Amino acid sequence: MNVHALTARLRGQIPLLVTAVLLVSMFGVGSVQYDGFFSGQVVLNLLIDNAFLLVVAVGMTFVVLTGGIDLSVGAVVALSTMVSAWLVERHGWPPLLVIPLVLLMGTAGGWLMGWIIHVFEIQPFIVTLAGMFLARGLCYTISIESISITDPQYTAMAQTRIPLGSLFVSPSALIALLVVAAGFVVLHHTRLGRNVYALGGSEQSALLMGLPVQRTRTTVYAISGFCSALGGVLLTFYMLSGYGLHAVGLELDAIAAVVIGGTLLTGGSGYLLGTLLGVLVLGLIQTVISFQGTLSSWWTRIVIGALLFVFIVLQRLITGRRR
Amino acid sequence: MSTTPAADRAGAVKAVTRNRLFWPAAVLAVLLVANLAFTPDFFAVRLQGGHLYGSLIDILHFGAPLILVSLGMTLVIATGGIDLSVGSTVAIAGALACLHISESTDPGGLGTVLTALGIALGAAVLLGAVNGLLVARAGVQPIIATLILMVAGRGVAQLITDGQIITVTSDPYKLIGGGYWLTVPFAVLLAAAVVLAAVLLTRSTALGLLLESVGGNPVASRLVGIRATRLIALVYVFSALCAALAGLMVSSNVSAADGNNAGLWIELDAILAVVLGGTSLNGGRFSIGGTVLGALIIQTLATTVYTIGVPPETTLVFKAFVVIAVCLVQSPVFRAKLAARGSRVRRTTDRPYVAAPTDREVGA
Repeated sequence: MNVHALTARLRGQIPLLVTAVLLVSMFGVGSVQYDGFFSGQVVLNLLIDNAFLLVVAVGMTFVVLTGGIDLSVGAVVALSTMVSAWLVERHGWPPLLVIPLVLLMGTAGGWLMGWIIHVFEIQPFIVTLAGMFLARGLCYTISIESISITDPQYTAMAQTRIPLGSLFVSPSALIALLVVAAGFVVLHHTRLGRNVYALGGSEQSALLMGLPVQRTRTTVYAISGFCSALGGVLLTFYMLSGYGLHAVGLELDAIAAVVIGGTLLTGGSGYLLGTLLGVLVLGLIQTVISFQGTLSSWWTRIVIGALLFVFIVLQRLITGRRR
Repeated sequence: MSTTPAADRAGAVKAVTRNRLFWPAAVLAVLLVANLAFTPDFFAVRLQGGHLYGSLIDILHFGAPLILVSLGMTLVIATGGIDLSVGSTVAIAGALACLHISESTDPGGLGTVLTALGIALGAAVLLGAVNGLLVARAGVQPIIATLILMVAGRGVAQLITDGQIITVTSDPYKLIGGGYWLTVPFAVLLAAAVVLAAVLLTRSTALGLLLESVGGNPVASRLVGIRATRLIALVYVFSALCAALAGLMVSSNVSAADGNNAGLWIELDAILAVVLGGTSLNGGRFSIGGTVLGALIIQTLATTVYTIGVPPETTLVFKAFVVIAVCLVQSPVFRAKLAARGSRVRRTTDRPYVAAPTDREVGA
């Protein structure tokens, strides 16, 4: 590998490096500043509290890598919690039947959106916006009120703590890590993953190379739909309720995590593990703000906005220089 | 061209249905008439205490902020962009104005209110300029550039109001969104004036043409010497100004600023109004009249849903189908497929021995 290729490769990883440095330094500053911050449990709590966001962000990474965007994820998460709560509580369906059904529903919804985007060449933004309206609206046709869950299997999933030495994690956190691992393997070690990068790099070239562009695109949105539904299932475990106002604005958090994780919004470049770092940074911001105690919750949004700004400008500088 | 009266009539009908404003106007008319079934006196407008009252006036009154936001959005979309930050701008403008009025010693004074308006509109220019520079100078995708302000702006609005709802009692401020002037709600007059100014600016000068050329083909318009950068930045400033005016109306109407909920999801309604009005999301052509009709359709829909007694949140389902239907109709691929299917049917029934189909329809 010559020097130019090496520097080009390193340059592509600058956002990821910045994120990693940011994460470590935020944790370091927090540890110095606040009592009880420097502990393994704080790190594990990041995973426990953000398990659903992590799963959703993995799906979003696939979509963003193809150069698309999925605004429906938050609404699909809400719909999943609603359908789960409705079927389990109001109709007495067994959770083991409800959960696969919800996952299937999310996958099918994502696939349909991908199909419309590809076949009719409509912008992903507007199609997934319609998907968002539809999913949120369907929540309210089921019930305007929040439905709380008392099913023993769900409460068991919510309360189970898996000990790790003196620390513990929740089953949801483990599921989220499994999804990250599966996403990593699919994205970086399978043909589908290569197709995703190729499609994001240049659709024209992908088409000319004979890659299955339509199948890749619909699959990517189906993956995002599946991840959103799974995120919804995890959120149901976490909240023990179904509500149409759950996960409002989650799509923004997921996009922010993907961007902060170093994935280019124009597609074709990025890493799945970067998204994991991005989610951890978002979680850490919230943790620091809650440890600080005097800062109000809206500072989270302002800080996330500022971070987005920095990273997007950084991305522009990098891609601008590469051209 | 045939000259028979029947053909003339068919031609006239075609000319009317081909008009860009026909479909939005037809949808609005159908919605309004459908309301008659639930409320017999839906079209009644009466004068009471020097003010006009009635469902139609209400639709105009409560639709005014959406019309303004959609107007700004139309011009942004005409240049091939999109502005997601308008909802946050609505909240920030209302919060700044109410904060200034509530902290002043003379909340009812005209000077105080004018300063408050100045602060809110000035902040909007600043926010719009940030969006505009990010899009036009830094070359960031519009969705992403305005997403930053959408996320952060809501936090800023809450920071301004300190998470509380600021209430104000100020008669001059109340006029903007809740007052009446010459028997008509002032908000309607204000929105109408801004719309009129925008129509004159874009259609009586070359500005509209320049916007459409920038949206249609940025490279070609740069080559013919259009200063796209300045134009695009200006459009985002205009959008922010419209959003700020809408924010002033919303907060003035309820005499309070709510950083959390003011203008929430208005960006989506505005995009929907623009799409309904026949402006292409790909940029390159726009219709302000269509956008006003689109905004009125959305407001009428909301009113209808309230009067029928369906949970208002379920309008989202309806909106989803409208968005998809309108986008499909706008999609060249969809139209080509439909045309291909239609002509195939015609060919097989009328002229079975015609040669192999040409692919002329695909270009439609």
